[in-house]
Amino acid sequence: MRICIVGCGAVGSLFAANLAQLDDVEVWAYDASREHVDAINASGLRLSGAGEVVGRLRATTDAAELPQCDFGIVATKAMHTEPAIRATAHAFAAGCVATVQNGIGNEEVLAAHVERVIRGTTFPAGKILEPGHVQWDVKGDTTLGPYTDATPFAEVERLADACTRGGMPTHAVADARGPQWRKVIFNSATNPIGALTGLTHGRVCERPDLRALVSGLVTEGKGVAAAQGIVLDSDPEELIDHAAKREVAYGHKASMLQDVEARRTTEIDYLNGGIVRFGREHGVPTPLNEAIWALVKGVEQSWQQ
Amino acid sequence: MTRICVAGAGTIGSLLAAHLARVADVAVLTRREEHASALNERGLTVTGRAEFTAAVTASSDPASLPEPELVIVACKGSDLDALVGRLEGHYAAATLMTVQNGLGAEEVAGAHGAWPLLSAVTFMSGTRRGDAEVEYVLDTETWIGPYRHTTPEDAHRVADLIASSGLKAAAFDDLRPAQWSKLIFNATVNAVAALTGLAHDFHFAETARPSDLGLLVRGLMDEGKAVAAAAGVELWEDPWEMNVLATLRGHRHSPSMLEDVKAHRPTEIELITGSLVREASARDIPVPLHTALYALVKAKEASYS
Repeated sequence: MRICIVGCGAVGSLFAANLAQLDDVEVWAYDASREHVDAINASGLRLSGAGEVVGRLRATTDAAELPQCDFGIVATKAMHTEPAIRATAHAFAAGCVATVQNGIGNEEVLAAHVERVIRGTTFPAGKILEPGHVQWDVKGDTTLGPYTDATPFAEVERLADACTRGGMPTHAVADARGPQWRKVIFNSATNPIGALTGLTHGRVCERPDLRALVSGLVTEGKGVAAAQGIVLDSDPEELIDHAAKREVAYGHKASMLQDVEARRTTEIDYLNGGIVRFGREHGVPTPLNEAIWALVKGVEQSWQQ
Repeated sequence: MTRICVAGAGTIGSLLAAHLARVADVAVLTRREEHASALNERGLTVTGRAEFTAAVTASSDPASLPEPELVIVACKGSDLDALVGRLEGHYAAATLMTVQNGLGAEEVAGAHGAWPLLSAVTFMSGTRRGDAEVEYVLDTETWIGPYRHTTPEDAHRVADLIASSGLKAAAFDDLRPAQWSKLIFNATVNAVAALTGLAHDFHFAETARPSDLGLLVRGLMDEGKAVAAAAGVELWEDPWEMNVLATLRGHRHSPSMLEDVKAHRPTEIELITGSLVREASARDIPVPLHTALYALVKAKEASYS
């Protein structure tokens, strides 16, 4: 089985290095960073932290080098999905392509270029320490499900089985929208609040007026999910309160806050922007998500002033 | 009217004191004695829209200043209570005029003495360049109306005096329509600027795309208008039109709350957005967008520590 990781950042590297442990899987990685690709080809892809792993794989910045693959796993930032799949789609002419990205709408972008798309949500997280070396911060489950009937469920199971055997526990389900929307609602209700205020997750949650705003955002997101017939696999509110505990993620700076501090474009269009877009399609008003979307876009615009 | 005391010599206080000193005897009550010394030694210099230096008498002790006929309390809203507290027992024959942002400054000031009260709002702006110099940036009007034991004629006399000093001023029989227009404008523009980092510019009037900031700005102003209507106030100007006009003029005004946030200073959010949210709550008018921004700006202040 041949699998290509498209976008070998922190999350992509967790999949790439772990899958490379399997004898029956050949792993490729496509990434825009020349330094990262060269380091991987020279001495392997190393993970430290939650697991110590070194994966031997083939990495490239040139999509033309990619052979035909059984599976793609797209792990770019959401705003890079389109150029990444446009460049690599030829390698998946007979394969399936899974997204494990943040936000909603990535599946549609993939489906414009490849026939068999797998919807996915993943919880493991990390960060790149140096080219070829990734810090594995948190372990967690991944859920995969077919995006449309064009994707055979047996193929989803085959990819989930490989990921699980490689050390990334993965479930194949008929409808992966529940876990996906739970994560999107969680991220949309907490990430931009951290980004706008500068507060860590725990400090956001201990301010009653701000926690009420978080709940307002969650409620709108749940309404949009329910209008599509999506059953959330658990309540995002519980996830938010759990993460606020001192021993969990009280002091965690949301990735969007890190993006804003580094003046990097955020994933807001695919989080709150996605909830607003699906809300409009299903006639569910989302005024708070619209407000937060506009504010974070305003933050990005302020960097041009 | 020939003896005036300007209490609080920030940007607005300094602009008023320097201009009025050209047509009246002006005393300046400062918080710091060094500030008073600098004014006594060097006078007060205006640059920008006007260039001159005026002689003023300054002190940090109200008892050592000449008895005024008019006291203009020109500090920031957050300093108002403490500053007027220092005037308790002084200047029994004077009329007091407040020029703070938001609502309720007259009540705070009036609680410290039986002075007749005028209320004012100002749209002019400037930048302090040290204790004895202020740059005059926006030459927009100051509006004055009667509040307690004062008449429209009293407001006219003060407006005429300010206009004769080279600043723009107008008197109103009832200031509330103008005060509420400015409150809604300020609550919206200041909070959005403080959260996004954007100076007040064309972004605030853009409405074409669903994430455009102008949609949020208009939504905030619509909430404010609903509160004004419930309070029985017929607005002097439509705040959305004020916003569109101001941004069409092409300049980028940096609202004071944005400057405060950048400098990690406490903002006037309590007096501005806070007073609007409290007025809404007293009248059972839902203002979810202002409530959200109120919580976000307060949280941003909390992030300084």
